[in-house]
Amino acid sequence: MRTICFYFQVHQPFRLKRYKFFNIGNDHYYYNDFENRNIMRKVAEKCYLPANQTFLDIINEYGDKVKIAFSISGTAFDQFELYAPDVLESFKRLVDTGCVEILSETYSHSLSALKSKEEFIRQVNLHKEKVKKHFGVTPQVFRNTELIYSDYIGEMVADMGYKAILTEGAKHILGWKSPNYVYCNAINPKLKVLLKNFKLSDDIAFRFSNQAWDQFPLTTEKFVSWLNAIDPREETINLFMDYETFGEHQWKETGIFKFLRALPNAVFKYSNYTFSTPTEVIANTVPVAAIHVEHPISWADEERDLTAWLGNELQDDAFNKLYALEEQVKKLNNPDILKDWLYLQTSDHFYYMCTKWFSDGDVHKYFNPYDSPYEAYVNFMNVLNDFMLRLREFSR
Amino acid sequence: MFGWEFPPHIAGGLGTACYGLTKGLNKFGTEIIFVVPKAFGDEDQSHVKIQDAGNVIITEKSTDYAEFWDNFKYLEVGVNLIPYMSPEEYARIFESKIFSHSEIKEKVLSSKFSFSGTYGPDLLTEVARYAIVGGYLAKQNNFDVIHAHDWLTYPAGVAAKQISGKPLVVHMHATEYDRSGENINQQVYDIERAGMEAADKVIAVSNRTRNIVIERYGIPAEKVVTVYNSVEPISLPEEFRVTKGFDEKIVTFLGRITFQKGPEYFIEAAYKVLQKDRNVRFVMAGSGDMLNRMIRRVAALGISDRFHFTGFLKGMEVYEMFSISDVYVMPSVSEPFGISPLEAMASDVPVIVSKQSGVAEILKHALKVDFWDVDDMADAIYGLLHYEGLSKMFKRYGKQEVENLRWENSAFNVLEVYKSVVKN
Repeated sequence: MRTICFYFQVHQPFRLKRYKFFNIGNDHYYYNDFENRNIMRKVAEKCYLPANQTFLDIINEYGDKVKIAFSISGTAFDQFELYAPDVLESFKRLVDTGCVEILSETYSHSLSALKSKEEFIRQVNLHKEKVKKHFGVTPQVFRNTELIYSDYIGEMVADMGYKAILTEGAKHILGWKSPNYVYCNAINPKLKVLLKNFKLSDDIAFRFSNQAWDQFPLTTEKFVSWLNAIDPREETINLFMDYETFGEHQWKETGIFKFLRALPNAVFKYSNYTFSTPTEVIANTVPVAAIHVEHPISWADEERDLTAWLGNELQDDAFNKLYALEEQVKKLNNPDILKDWLYLQTSDHFYYMCTKWFSDGDVHKYFNPYDSPYEAYVNFMNVLNDFMLRLREFSR
Repeated sequence: MFGWEFPPHIAGGLGTACYGLTKGLNKFGTEIIFVVPKAFGDEDQSHVKIQDAGNVIITEKSTDYAEFWDNFKYLEVGVNLIPYMSPEEYARIFESKIFSHSEIKEKVLSSKFSFSGTYGPDLLTEVARYAIVGGYLAKQNNFDVIHAHDWLTYPAGVAAKQISGKPLVVHMHATEYDRSGENINQQVYDIERAGMEAADKVIAVSNRTRNIVIERYGIPAEKVVTVYNSVEPISLPEEFRVTKGFDEKIVTFLGRITFQKGPEYFIEAAYKVLQKDRNVRFVMAGSGDMLNRMIRRVAALGISDRFHFTGFLKGMEVYEMFSISDVYVMPSVSEPFGISPLEAMASDVPVIVSKQSGVAEILKHALKVDFWDVDDMADAIYGLLHYEGLSKMFKRYGKQEVENLRWENSAFNVLEVYKSVVKN
């Protein structure tokens, strides 16, 4: 049996306000409420609400033949609570259909897996509680921030009791192998690894409305014909993408919602594919081999590595300075401090400091509230310096 | 008097100096017509008549002025041409439209011309037109001396002298060598030299600048007079005193973050101080083409928890910054004068200035170091932070010293220069 596994990422960061040197020590509120609310409302209207409605319609029509999975970051949950309870309601309705699986991740969409096991575990548990609180379910499958994965991260996740993890089907780790099989972790084979088919995923997420693309326009029939062209022995097609693909990255006017609405019909009519959640995939398939990932990979950019978040002087300095505070933060155990500590770890802050503008510059620029990575760094460090002062103050 | 800017519409120290000087001259009963490319209407005209060059309608045949234009037509906008420019302005300029040569000529010789009065891509068109207006105004007005500030206005000064036969004084606030190091823009250099050669006297803002004028431009020493700048007395209202949100002392760099100002030496000195003493924060205020490199350097050194960037500070923010500073450092590689340390001293902040600045020639209560000697600079910073005797003395006598510098004194010396040329 061949199956399609859809997973969508839902995430919004708490963007920082313009925080000047003069604010340090005087102003302890760091977030741009106006912008965060505006963006959340805009994305809710353009993407979350209409896309959720589309999936509700699909599930109403096809029942449990259609399955999908979401991962919703803790900061996105917090912003739904603040600015978009209607979105939260519509996600609840989706989860209640039983056709939707919710995945685990770190609470603040952080890079903690790369730096601190203790913080990583704490954040995953915080997120798990949040999911339980809103949806009444406990996730069994894990996806790390930006699909960042290594053997070591997989081992940590396995130790926490997860059955599977999602990551990128990066060329440089797969070589001749296909992403369309289930693999297992190289250290702990109990943990299954699902790999994104980036070709087919990106056809929808990135290329759908690109008129310069030789396959434009993308129809459901064409997409299903590509699915049919895959070697019949290959079992699982993992289509992983940002949920904002629908209506935000690809505007409604491109026909993306119509494509989505019509896709199940085309799949059932022209192919023998089914739809599955990640948990169903691993229940029905046997891993073909272990996958070795010594150095962390991600789903970002051409390189599929960490260089969008870490690696230049600005990012490394900010990252190291932030995590140097961990012990002090934990010792204090102050709720305000802990909350800021979470929000400051959000990977987006480091993404804004990225200086590799060339190959993927367009994507980086589109999501960046700052004019330059230097501005992003200075602003973040000003905030962090105030945070340090508060830590020192409270510790006295 | 010809000047490219006048407060409150200024981009650098030039406008401030022009303001102080005209105010001082006025105390001695000197009447001044100050010609700016563009008047905004909100200039303080209590002691000077502001003449807007854009408001001058030229009725004579344009051929009379074509010869001035000819002197300009081979100038192109070059990288270092623009004397006081923030990176934001720079980006704006190079994104905007550059006019073709014939379009420029038509504009320059039209009967009325609209000046932007900034340092935009049309700068040379404006300089050319400004010169024509200068010649025209020289015919229309009655006066004794022509005084031109910095190279942008030299062609106007020269034109006014040719037409009126009155003596010309040119004022060197900065030389092309200060702005560009050794990689000078030859055309700007040529304008500077032609202006000084045509002048009856050259005023330099320091002996350092005077030496450059003599050695690098070949101007006879007896023609060049040093007149130091001064600083307007400032008194800060209480509400401008901001509260510092932390205990550490603050060491400040304030200025354009460019090669000329030596920001990298400040960072290296900061790093050295921080190895000994973590109880201090460094602030780099301003913007410029080296800002991003400086941010990277601070990140690479790992001192971002003690080294901060404020971006460009406007108006009172400068005094807010001074009010929380404990030491001010001006590590300029080449500074004709440098008014900012005087402003710091007037705000009770002890200062360290580089020996490569004009202001170092007159200051007694300031530490002086070579800009490249970061050990010495670190040592001076550490000393001012820790040895109260030193900082207390500098605060007390520094303020006095600055208060004794009066624009009247500078104006008196300028007046002496005027007298010497009128007599001839």
